[in-house]
Amino acid sequence: MAHSRIPFYLIITTLVVVGLATAWMRHLEMAIPFFPGERQAVWFVEARVDFVAAGGEVLVSLDLPDSPPGFRMFSEHAASPGYGFSIIEHEGNRRGEWSKRSAAGPQTLYYKVQLTSGEDRSSDAEQGPRPRPASVYWDEPLATAANQLLTQALETSSTPQSLTRELIKLLNNAQADQNASLLLEEVPERSRLLARLLNQAEIPARVVMGLYLEDARRRQSLTPMVETYTDQGWVLFNPTTGQQGVPDDLLLWHRGGQSLLDVTGGHGSQVNFSMIRQTVPALDLAQDQFGNNFFALLGVQQLPIEEQSMFKMLFLLPLGAAVVVFMRIMVGLKTSGTFMPVLISLAFLQTSLVPGLLSFILVVALGLLLRTYLSRLNLLLVSRIATLVVLVVFLISILSLLGYQLGLSTGMTITFFPMIIIAWTIERMSILWEEEGPREVLVQGGGSLLVAVLAYLLMEIPLAGHLSFNFPELNLVLLALIMLMGQYTGYKLSELRRFRAMALTKPGDTL
Amino acid sequence: MRWISPWRLSKMGMLGMNCRNRDFIGRYNPRHLYPLVDDKLKTKLLAQQHQLATPSLRFVVREQHAINHIERELQDLEGFVLKPSKGAGGKGILVIVGRHGENFIKSSGAEIGIEDIRRHMTNTLAGLYSLAGAPDVVIVEDLIEFDDVFEGYSHEGVPDIRIVVFRGYPVMAMLRLATHASDGKANLHQGAVGVGLDIANGRCRKAVQFGQPITLHPDTKKPLDQICISDWRQLLVLASGCYDMTGLGYMGTDIVLDRSRGPQLLELNARPGLSIQVANGMGLLPRLRHLESLKEGLHKTPEERVDYVLNTFASDTDEEESPIQAALAS
Repeated sequence: MAHSRIPFYLIITTLVVVGLATAWMRHLEMAIPFFPGERQAVWFVEARVDFVAAGGEVLVSLDLPDSPPGFRMFSEHAASPGYGFSIIEHEGNRRGEWSKRSAAGPQTLYYKVQLTSGEDRSSDAEQGPRPRPASVYWDEPLATAANQLLTQALETSSTPQSLTRELIKLLNNAQADQNASLLLEEVPERSRLLARLLNQAEIPARVVMGLYLEDARRRQSLTPMVETYTDQGWVLFNPTTGQQGVPDDLLLWHRGGQSLLDVTGGHGSQVNFSMIRQTVPALDLAQDQFGNNFFALLGVQQLPIEEQSMFKMLFLLPLGAAVVVFMRIMVGLKTSGTFMPVLISLAFLQTSLVPGLLSFILVVALGLLLRTYLSRLNLLLVSRIATLVVLVVFLISILSLLGYQLGLSTGMTITFFPMIIIAWTIERMSILWEEEGPREVLVQGGGSLLVAVLAYLLMEIPLAGHLSFNFPELNLVLLALIMLMGQYTGYKLSELRRFRAMALTKPGDTL
Repeated sequence: MRWISPWRLSKMGMLGMNCRNRDFIGRYNPRHLYPLVDDKLKTKLLAQQHQLATPSLRFVVREQHAINHIERELQDLEGFVLKPSKGAGGKGILVIVGRHGENFIKSSGAEIGIEDIRRHMTNTLAGLYSLAGAPDVVIVEDLIEFDDVFEGYSHEGVPDIRIVVFRGYPVMAMLRLATHASDGKANLHQGAVGVGLDIANGRCRKAVQFGQPITLHPDTKKPLDQICISDWRQLLVLASGCYDMTGLGYMGTDIVLDRSRGPQLLELNARPGLSIQVANGMGLLPRLRHLESLKEGLHKTPEERVDYVLNTFASDTDEEESPIQAALAS
């Protein structure tokens, strides 16, 4: 028989691998968190454009962030009454364009974007061909000063990065260096000066605009920075401090392209930014962000809420089934009806444990009382069960009403119990009582309730609900586990007690 | 000791429930053969066809309306047994040993009326005692007059001999004695006494009740170690023949000894219990594995198989059971 085991273990391995791999892919691709209640910071950034319209056609074009390093963008929209808005992409550069046939007086346009920290994978994709350095022209005596400064910096540097750092150092030390102070006098914006000097040294460099994110700030403006083109692509430098790389709290808004803001048909334009930081559940975020991802098709989040809640219960069932399998195969607990405990525990999920347990025992006990009388009527089995079902319906209704009148809100939840299952349980218990005595009823009833409570406690763990609902594929792993347990031929825990008399037998002992 | 370690159990070769279900029942009992043993009526008819001794069938009640005038059918019967054809675990078996005026006397001595019998039949027909609550029929068969060998050993009810048969070889045997506690039923978990019988000669090895070793019958106080079953070989041959009849590789045969008619096949069980091991004080696994290793069709007739068992397991009980003693002796 040994050879026939291979396909079985192959199936088990496949189930486990497929289950775990799909879950992992969905975690990576859709950022669905593995743990419930995980929260993630979200930046709401608002760009506000103000200008005074001249009265005619207006066209406003604002550079928008495209996959800024260190951030992941999701949901962006523009709020500007009366304006048509569209996002135009040109050579990898995105611009938002507002247009209106005629406008006069002060105008305000908003552009809002939500961002989370996290690497956007597409950011490195724009490597492209090496950009050409811009041609630089200086008037004398600035040309000499620039040349001398560059020569000085080139002497102490080897790479574009080090050259940039050296230049920043020289510019910072302007009091001691005449060339630097001369240049700074002519071009006071450090970033522009730095970019020009680098371009002059045949190193592509550009001025970019970044936004420092700080919670609950209003009317912020962009900070100019310099990006130097190196072997690793564009590297950001802070022209004042010489710090290299993108700081965590800096959002690069405007990179390359032409201007930040163009307004046609207006004047006095300015743009400023407000921002606020909020934490939202990571799960909601994942759904907002990746609702149309391929992997989202595998989830049930796209269904209407009503169906979703049904699936929430459904996906918990395998866990309950696994508990039953474990308790019966490994532990050897007796239950009345194989999967009755799972259904009871699902009902407990709705009623919560103690009220559910109490009302279940109450209904079954009352049902048993009624059933004793029924047995005297000598009814045919099916009709007897049907009678029990009807009686259980009445019992539950009466208990619910009673609970309601007494002001117990839990009274109503009793209706979640599967009536047919309860009727059958009562019938079985009653027969068990007649045939095997009350002890066996307690053993099997207690066993069923124990399994039900265990299954309930497991399903109640927020992690279990979260994983089974958001990663239904993990149920494949449970399936593999259940199938594996079906291969167990060792002793049950109960057998270690059942066969305890064997401990008294000595080998070869004949009475 | 309240628990026993699993290593000790496995050393003794105890067969566990999971192992029985998967390695023996699942492997050697084809599903389509189950109805032959789950339906006692089919078993009985099949046994009659194969000329295996079995208590004779009086009549079968199949319809509810037949119950209304059942007293006419029962008129001529002094003692009889009512059985659900698809009953499980001894449920729904009603043994009537005699009459007292209008009333019937149960094996426990309690008296019941014809209405009680009617209700019992109604319940049986409706499937109350059958495995999945399926509609059933009532078998009415002859009462066994049990052998004098058992005089004083059975407080109520008929002692029956359970023999586990694997691939047609009788493997282990146990006498089940009904007690007051078990209400005349022969099921060990209901309180019947299990007496392990030496497969080689039908002598008592040891006895247990409720999983604990005992030496005296709890009701009659008769010593159990003097039990020795007569016609042992004939009994084993009957058990072994059930394999040819049903084709089930792993089954339990329940046989009773009738005073005049000798061993009678009562019923078969495709999922025989594990208590037989406790009653015998030894595990089934070594013998099962040994028989598993035998070539298919080595012994063709029940007689050949029984002789093989009588020879093999006679010495086996001493050799395999007491490696410690053997080691000490050498």
